[in-house]
Amino acid sequence: MTNIPETGRTPRVAIRLIALQILVVSLLATLGGRLWYLQIRNGQEYTEKASRNQVQEVITPAVRGSILDANGIPLADNENRLVVSADRTELLRQKDDGKSVLARLADVLDMKPQEVQDKVRLCDSKTPQPCWNGSPYQPIPITAEATTKQALAIVERRDDFPGITAEPTAVRRYAAPKGAGAAQVLGYLSPVSDEEIAEREKSGSPLQRSDQIGRSGLERTYDAQLRGTAGVNRHQVDNLGRVIGSAGNTPARPGSSLVTSIDARVQGLAERELDAAMKEARKQIDRNTGVPYKADSGAVVVMEARTGRVIAMASNPTYNPNAWVGGIKPKTYKWLTSQKSNFPLLNRAIQGQAAPGSIFKVVSTAAAINAGYPADGGYECSSSFNIGGQVFKNFESESFGGISLGRALEVSCDTVFYRLAYEQWQKDGGNNPKHPKDWFYRTAHQFGLGARTGVDLPSEVTGRIPDRKWKKDYYEANKEAWCDQAKSKDNDYATKVARENCAEGFKMRAGDSVNYSIGQGDTLVTPIQMARIYAAVSNGGTMYQPELGKAVISPDGHVKEIKPKVVGKLPISKETRDYMDEAFAGVATRGTAAWRFQGWPQNDITMHAKTGTAEVYGKQTTSWFASYTKDYAIVMTISQGGTGSGASAPAVRKIYNALYGVSEGGQIDPKKAWLPKPQTKLPTVNHDGTIKQIPAPDKLNNVEPPDTSANASGPLSPFALSPRNPEYRGDTRKPRRLS
Amino acid sequence: MSSHSYSVRRYTPERGTMGKVFARDSLLWRLDWILLGSALVLSAVGTLLVYSATRGRTELNHGDRYYFLLRNVLNVGIGFALAVAVVAVGHRRLRGAVPVLYITSVVLLLAVLTPLGSTINGAHAWIVIGGGFSLQPSEFAKITIILGMAVLLATKVDAGDRKHPDHRTVMQALALSAVPMAVIMLMPDMGSVMVMVVIVLGILLASGASNRWVVGLIAAGGLGATLIWKLGVLDQYQIDRFAAFANPALDPSGVGYNTNQARIAIGSGGLLGKGLFHGSQTSGQFVPEQQTDFVFTVAGEELGFVGAGALILLIGVVLWRACRIARNAGDLYSTIVAAGIVAWFAFQAFENIGMTLGIMPVAGLPLPFVSYGGSSMFAVWIAVGLLQSIQVKKPVSA
Repeated sequence: MTNIPETGRTPRVAIRLIALQILVVSLLATLGGRLWYLQIRNGQEYTEKASRNQVQEVITPAVRGSILDANGIPLADNENRLVVSADRTELLRQKDDGKSVLARLADVLDMKPQEVQDKVRLCDSKTPQPCWNGSPYQPIPITAEATTKQALAIVERRDDFPGITAEPTAVRRYAAPKGAGAAQVLGYLSPVSDEEIAEREKSGSPLQRSDQIGRSGLERTYDAQLRGTAGVNRHQVDNLGRVIGSAGNTPARPGSSLVTSIDARVQGLAERELDAAMKEARKQIDRNTGVPYKADSGAVVVMEARTGRVIAMASNPTYNPNAWVGGIKPKTYKWLTSQKSNFPLLNRAIQGQAAPGSIFKVVSTAAAINAGYPADGGYECSSSFNIGGQVFKNFESESFGGISLGRALEVSCDTVFYRLAYEQWQKDGGNNPKHPKDWFYRTAHQFGLGARTGVDLPSEVTGRIPDRKWKKDYYEANKEAWCDQAKSKDNDYATKVARENCAEGFKMRAGDSVNYSIGQGDTLVTPIQMARIYAAVSNGGTMYQPELGKAVISPDGHVKEIKPKVVGKLPISKETRDYMDEAFAGVATRGTAAWRFQGWPQNDITMHAKTGTAEVYGKQTTSWFASYTKDYAIVMTISQGGTGSGASAPAVRKIYNALYGVSEGGQIDPKKAWLPKPQTKLPTVNHDGTIKQIPAPDKLNNVEPPDTSANASGPLSPFALSPRNPEYRGDTRKPRRLS
Repeated sequence: MSSHSYSVRRYTPERGTMGKVFARDSLLWRLDWILLGSALVLSAVGTLLVYSATRGRTELNHGDRYYFLLRNVLNVGIGFALAVAVVAVGHRRLRGAVPVLYITSVVLLLAVLTPLGSTINGAHAWIVIGGGFSLQPSEFAKITIILGMAVLLATKVDAGDRKHPDHRTVMQALALSAVPMAVIMLMPDMGSVMVMVVIVLGILLASGASNRWVVGLIAAGGLGATLIWKLGVLDQYQIDRFAAFANPALDPSGVGYNTNQARIAIGSGGLLGKGLFHGSQTSGQFVPEQQTDFVFTVAGEELGFVGAGALILLIGVVLWRACRIARNAGDLYSTIVAAGIVAWFAFQAFENIGMTLGIMPVAGLPLPFVSYGGSSMFAVWIAVGLLQSIQVKKPVSA
């Protein structure tokens, strides 16, 4: 290198070439360092990212658990329907992105091609429904109502229908065995919302976009148990989502079944009897208004007296819950949530609240005795009671003279309770209260009124006890409106009330307390609250949390029983209980309900009852009927239905007839008794996970329901049942097993 | 005896063909075998990587998994033949043809702008010849710029008139390089322009031109880049590439997708890689343009740190030999040509690998010897031919 005479390189060039070389080396070193950083230092992180890159999850939905009655008869289960689905990935592999396949499919399914096209497009903010909002790797259901012929046409011509499958798929069904629709009790499912997905994302049981979730009733309360765990098929895919291999599967775990305390037979009967009673009431003329009773809604609760378990819970108007299956039609939904249908989605047994009328006297009697009034003292039952010129009449202005509290219950004498309440109001300081004891209000709270019972159904309401606190809160909320109306020159009833309320609405007035003592005025209760109270009187004073769920049975046969929960005691002594017990029996034998229980085998099955007829301003009277035996409590109400004994009592008696096997004439035939004792056994589980019904075939299947009105029918929904749901025919179907 | 026969042969005027080829001072003997070997290994590994990346890409390979493999082998073969031809002609004899070559390449570049040209990946830089072949004239322009500038800058110095190129000559040389760059900028193919700027810089360094020119060019480059950015000459896709480089998490399914997927593929390779043809990211086709601009990701994923590092090392070997050739060249013309090639290979390799590693913005540049692509393969092998020719013709010094 020393003697290169002819080279043109000068030292400047030589130095620069070395600089160039150093630059090159440093560039390459940079690359090597960065390579080390990515592959060695952060290799693990990128390996994880890579594996996430390639795996797509396809969800196999878990079969939802059934909701069973106490004997194992499914009230809600699943049936296999032929679901035709399209696989987008496969469709997109076609030359025309599957357009011709979908057109052929529409032809086979008798659908419009556009409709099918729309169903497989993916939802985004700009796409209107219908569209698919699930994972694009999930088969997209086109219809859940394919006929066998249509399915065969698809399956047999595989080449014409690439990416299209027709498979039997489990779909929810509310079979209404024995007429037990139990629509509001069972609730319904509807697709999950974005919020719910976000909410449950981090939880152990995340939701999928295609999932249905229990929206109401038992479906909602026990959603977590019924849901099961979805299966996951992990596919290795390339960047276009084409499947290139499998990366492991987790099979779906079906949901557990819920055994309820509902007895399908009793439930069906309760629904029919409620409906019949309401129809009957509509034939009666209301003497106050001169028009037939509207009987717009009603509810029945049949409760086990010693556990608080609910055997039947009917609400009217009702509807066919199968309307929700496969997506509710907008028209149907509009109907269900409209005034016209009177909101059949509401469960009036827990969401319907009304003034209790005289069935509230169970509280007033206990309050009076606790306040120190002797039960057998002589109390004046005049035809009316006058406070400062305001006249409070006895019901139908009857007069019985001086009577005991028990007799006051039997004949439902209002004036006796008026006087007691007025006296207490005066003792508490009248219009200027000083340390009021408020016996009547305090006792109501102790009886669980004005608060939720905690029944295992969602959206229960509290009812209302119009005590001093409530009056004050209510006044604060309404004084402006009242005082505005008070300025009006009109002199109608509403304006008068407004004036009074504006002036002293925050005060507990004498009239308020007097009205309250007989369950009138601002008092509101729900049927379930009253059923629990009468059940507690029956069982000696224990208040249970009402429950419908009795046990959760997992698919592998593990049974988790839901025990009755004691939540309190009635604030009455044993003597008081016994005294009231006798008085309520008197109601059925010589009191207000006696005419309805003529011939009842009172010596064998002691019937206790209390009638109630609550007046509501601007409406017809609410019929209440509360009753109990040593085993059961039944409370029924019909809004704008007339009197308690007139409208509701016969229906309640028919339910007792069926439970105990009592004929119309009062003969007991133990063979005909459906449920002389509450069901304590649980249905058992076969090894294959199916539920074995409690074997009582003669009782379960061969009993003719007692005489009910000829027009007793199941669903009242105005929309005709689809011919594809012929099974919704009430009690003609055989009970189905779980599959 | 052998030493005797050696000396005899050496001074024997008539030697046989075989003798000529294998003689101690013969062309073959004087070739840089390390350079040639490294270039061949790089091309061979590249062929395998291209095959790995394309065997599953049915939308590209017309259903024939060997389509790209065979074409790449053909490209390497043609490239090798071109290199042999260059050595046979000799870089000094090519000097006379440089004006013709230069004008041809500019005409070809201009032809791209006419309806003859085609757009691939946003750059209107190709002439489709037919039969599945297409030509990217900017690849050849890199060579003609090197040759043209070398002729201009070296003539007076090599003639002994001057010690270093004068300002006037430097200006002429810059103007010469500016013409093709201006045309390429219109395509727009900013990646190639960047490489050419670096080539010009390398050439100015090696030519011994005044420091002022070197510093001035760097300043002009910076100013030009700023102007290009500010004046909005860039297309949206180019701005997006830079934005994605600055923040790869910006849009993982859009602009940042390439770089993100490239890094995942390389990073998941680990120390030893997943094995040739066993890369899940490669067979899953998550990295776009994997056989061309992103071919290094295949190496990263399937061959790991060891294999990909070896690839970088091989490129290093090529550059080391090229630098050595530049230093030992017999005249300034040869030095400039070799140094221009060093700048070209070094920057293009750095930019290409750097973008897959996420330390450089994405630019559509092939990895020399490794990426699939005819024009690029021919150009780098012609460059190898030039280097070998310089090596062969260097003064015997040892």
